[in-house]
Amino acid sequence: MTAVDEVKIGGMGASRRRVEDNRFIRGKGNYVDDIVLPGMLHMEILRSPLAHARIRSIDTSKAWAMPGVRLVLTGETMAARNLAWMPTLSYDTQAVLATDKVRFQGQEVACVIADDPYIAKDACEAIVVDYEPLPVIVNPTQSMAEGAPLIRDDKENQSDNVIYDWEVGDKAGTDRAFAEADLVSKIELHYPRSHPSPIECCGSIADFNRATSKLTVYLTTQAPHIIRAAVALVAELPEQMIRIISPDIGGGFGNKVPVYPGYVASILASILLERPVKWIEDRTGNLISTGFARDVYLQGELALRRDGRILGVRMNTTADHGAFFSDAQPSKFKIGLMHSAFSCYDIPNAHLVARGVYTNKAPGGVAYRCSFRVTEAMFFQERMVHAAADDLGMDQAEFRRVNFVRDDDFPHRTSWGFLTDSGQYGKCLDVGLEAVGYQDFLKEKEEAAKRGRLLGIGISTMTEPLGAGNSREYDILGIKMFDSAELKIHMTGKALLRTGAKSQGQGHETTWAQIVAHELGIPAEDVLVEEGDTDTAPFGMGTYASRSTPVAGAAVAMVSRKIRAKARKIAAHLLEISEEDIEWELGRFYVRSQPDRGVTIQECAVAAYSNMPDGMEPGLENVAYYDPPNLTWPFACYIVTVEVDPQTGVWDVLRMVAVDDCGVRINPMIVEGQIMGGLTEAYAMANMQFITFDDEGNCIGSNFTDYLLPTAWETPGFELHEVVTPCPHHPIGAKGIGECAAVGGPAAFVNAVMDAVKGSGVRNIDMPVLPDRVYEALQTGQDVSGAPPVRMA
Amino acid sequence: MMKLRFASPEMLVDINEIPDLDYHRIDDDGSIRVGAVCRHADLERSSLLATRQPTMAAAAPLVADPIVRMRGTLVGSVCHADPQGDWASVMTALDASIVAQGPNGRRSIAVRDFVRGPFQNALAFDEVAVEAVVPAPKGEPAGGYLKLERRVGDYATVGVAVAIDRVGSQVSRAGIALTAVGPATMAADAAAHALTGRPLTTDTIGEAAELAAQAAQPKTDHRGSADFKRQLVRVFTSRILTGLLRSEEEAA
Ligand SMILES: Cc1cc2nc3c(=O)[nH]c(=O)nc-3n(C[C@H](O)[C@H](O)[C@H](O)COP(=O)(O)OP(=O)(O)OC[C@H]3O[C@@H](n4cnc5c(N)ncnc54)[C@H](O)[C@@H]3O)c2cc1C
Repeated sequence: MTAVDEVKIGGMGASRRRVEDNRFIRGKGNYVDDIVLPGMLHMEILRSPLAHARIRSIDTSKAWAMPGVRLVLTGETMAARNLAWMPTLSYDTQAVLATDKVRFQGQEVACVIADDPYIAKDACEAIVVDYEPLPVIVNPTQSMAEGAPLIRDDKENQSDNVIYDWEVGDKAGTDRAFAEADLVSKIELHYPRSHPSPIECCGSIADFNRATSKLTVYLTTQAPHIIRAAVALVAELPEQMIRIISPDIGGGFGNKVPVYPGYVASILASILLERPVKWIEDRTGNLISTGFARDVYLQGELALRRDGRILGVRMNTTADHGAFFSDAQPSKFKIGLMHSAFSCYDIPNAHLVARGVYTNKAPGGVAYRCSFRVTEAMFFQERMVHAAADDLGMDQAEFRRVNFVRDDDFPHRTSWGFLTDSGQYGKCLDVGLEAVGYQDFLKEKEEAAKRGRLLGIGISTMTEPLGAGNSREYDILGIKMFDSAELKIHMTGKALLRTGAKSQGQGHETTWAQIVAHELGIPAEDVLVEEGDTDTAPFGMGTYASRSTPVAGAAVAMVSRKIRAKARKIAAHLLEISEEDIEWELGRFYVRSQPDRGVTIQECAVAAYSNMPDGMEPGLENVAYYDPPNLTWPFACYIVTVEVDPQTGVWDVLRMVAVDDCGVRINPMIVEGQIMGGLTEAYAMANMQFITFDDEGNCIGSNFTDYLLPTAWETPGFELHEVVTPCPHHPIGAKGIGECAAVGGPAAFVNAVMDAVKGSGVRNIDMPVLPDRVYEALQTGQDVSGAPPVRMA
Repeated sequence: MMKLRFASPEMLVDINEIPDLDYHRIDDDGSIRVGAVCRHADLERSSLLATRQPTMAAAAPLVADPIVRMRGTLVGSVCHADPQGDWASVMTALDASIVAQGPNGRRSIAVRDFVRGPFQNALAFDEVAVEAVVPAPKGEPAGGYLKLERRVGDYATVGVAVAIDRVGSQVSRAGIALTAVGPATMAADAAAHALTGRPLTTDTIGEAAELAAQAAQPKTDHRGSADFKRQLVRVFTSRILTGLLRSEEEAA
């Protein structure tokens, strides 16, 4: 007998087909809206049409009088139970239902619970709210202006609209670097407000059973255990009596981390009515009220030496957080991990100043497919790098190479304090340049220019911190960011694995089983993976920030190793030999001196229930909690070539080359899927997406006609390449990959367009790089910067 | 409309089951007729249009996205009278008309009179549109449709329909109409007039493109500035006509 063949059993490196797709492609997924409970009622939310207004009165009498209406909730009802406000994940408060004022368009004002959703919707329209309009603030400039109206007059000690001022780095050292610089390259950028827009909007079914006192909530959440704790605290219910079930989730992208008013209201409604209450958000509700992303302004400066070395970096960011500071992020860092910018470059001095402000816009600031503002950080970094290389008159690739942290410099402490531990940045860049045919393209570009055609090439290289946390530095509301896995090997050698993470499309049911297969030699198809039920899953912090594989995935490896350690003892007993004389190969223990004599892991499993050694606890089950020593640091190099039509400003992507180094790939097909999805989102952000507001605070981008999701038709083809530098501290050498492409991709597209229009003197066009903005820049020779203009018909 | 609660009709009439309305065909007199339930997708795949009606053939694949094209109809689109709808401009450029039927029989209404304003048409409350009729060409038909959309399935930022008929190298008839640059579909008659009775040349093309841009009444909005949209009208008109001129030169 020999070891089992790892690829055959669907272990590491197998492009195993996704197990979950069996039900998804058959339409047999089980999403919150698919769940129907006996006696279930339906809830609808009445939202504010105004962005800033005092509520004079709310008249719900007509709604109450409508047949089929069971309950109408307003801020007053909530306040009577101390539920009008709830804590956010960033130590602020957020209105559940407005009591005093509405602070953004779309804010939740009242809820109707009725026999069906149509009655509830009609009844919402019958509620009469008397608003007294107040001056509206839609951007940081207005927010910080002298005499600006105070948005958060509900908060004691809040006398202006500033949420925080935060600073990191060495100011004095950075000032010296700038004083010594041959050249200072400056640029102002805006990362526009966007929205994660999962295909499934948010929703909940709260089911409070008076007889048992148990509250069960089916919820669209990426982090069920955090929600359980939050519900226990907010609703003052005993935690063992709360069960959060996160069934199939139709995409999250950070949008499904926060607690939303609709969740809280449906829970209260179920407690009051003692019947299940379902709330399913519509698309507009999702786009105008739930966690948005980005909306950050940058003033960036690089201190440069003539030979291309970066001596220092200054970043000054202003973030527009909307009406409530409800970013989901580690409490230590006010602007998330913005200071992870420039981590792939060896820069001696850096200083970051960050300010956050309130505006009359929806709250959120969620980490849309990234770890807490890393997307903004890397976009700003690569736009600054591109502009600096141009200012120096240096080749884009060469400028990056000169400043990269070198392969033999690890571990490397960045000037803002992160510890990067591995990478082959130069090699990734080489692979990318080679794939795109860099030198040839530069020649082609020159030739085309002679005929009036505008070709351009853009590069984006970056390493980003993925996989929050380690518990020393990362917590959400004080809860440390570790994760967990529980593995039960049944008597027949089949297994059940549960983790504290929660898949929303990432394919955990497939990859977790592959890790078990890799560690134990049990075929992946024999491992059932379950997540998302707080009554059964071990405690974990959920899935976002690319943390599943770095943290929960590591826990899966660790719990498998615990199981293997016990199985080894059982094997020794079965083989009647001392444990020290036993060797392991995939799926099997054998006697070192007699390799033919062995027992399989499955035989050990049977014995764990039928023939265990004296004094050993029966069973073959265990739990592991994993606290990673560091973040993981994948690297990516994205290169885009474009042609710009000078007459219309339309730009077409000619090629997009992606080189990703995410360490060891568990399931290469799933990794590629993640990269392609991320690149599509990157293309969307660069090309078409933004949510903006007119002067009155009306949200432009409240449906999919205004807020665009790209389809397969216009999304360019992507050419994927890989480099593998294993993560030195992860048990199986994996790094995060869920987010790299969405984080690093946008700058590659924008840089390519900037390269194409370089001759016109234009240094910046802010995203989305719409044709009319390109046309305007080409016509005027001026930058088109700032928030996308709100131009109303 | 209904989803957004702009309209809450008490009754809906489903015309899908009315027999024999899904046709599109060419009659002996050379006119093309499109029945009320003929889908965009039928027109997109039509070999008839591919050989006989180039402006419609160019427009059909640019309407909405493949899913909408499977369900939506040309006649419905013209009835809907959305200033951003593609078919109304194509039909206007072709001097087409809509045949309406009511209790008092049938009548024919030119599309340019049929589209009354944004989302308003000339039908009486008791009439239905049964078909669209494109008159026989006055020569060899040529033309095209160009549209800027932010992504597939988006409504036009700007669309330009050009339909000309030629006898020899003379343009015997011309129609140009514009999508999404005014309160309703815009007929660029002066631009069309500049082409009529003359051969296509770089000069006439430049003149027509300029006049088309002048006919546009775009508004600045989140799809782009008025100037930008006018520029697109100019460029699209010129590109379609220049393409026709080139193929004429290649054929010669
Ligand atoms: C996502 C999306 C994207 C779209 N993009 C585009 C686009 O890019 N370009 C474009 O041109 N269109 C676009 N459309 C509209 C599409 O072309 C529809 O097909 C068109 O609006 C007509 O739809 P319909 O034939 O189903 O008619 P319906 O939707 O059934 O009807 C539309 C209106 O016309 C009336 N009507 C329909 N048929 C008749 C009739 N025979 N007699 C009298 N009245 C009638 C109806 O009462 C209704 O008021 C888009 C639609 C969607 C949903």
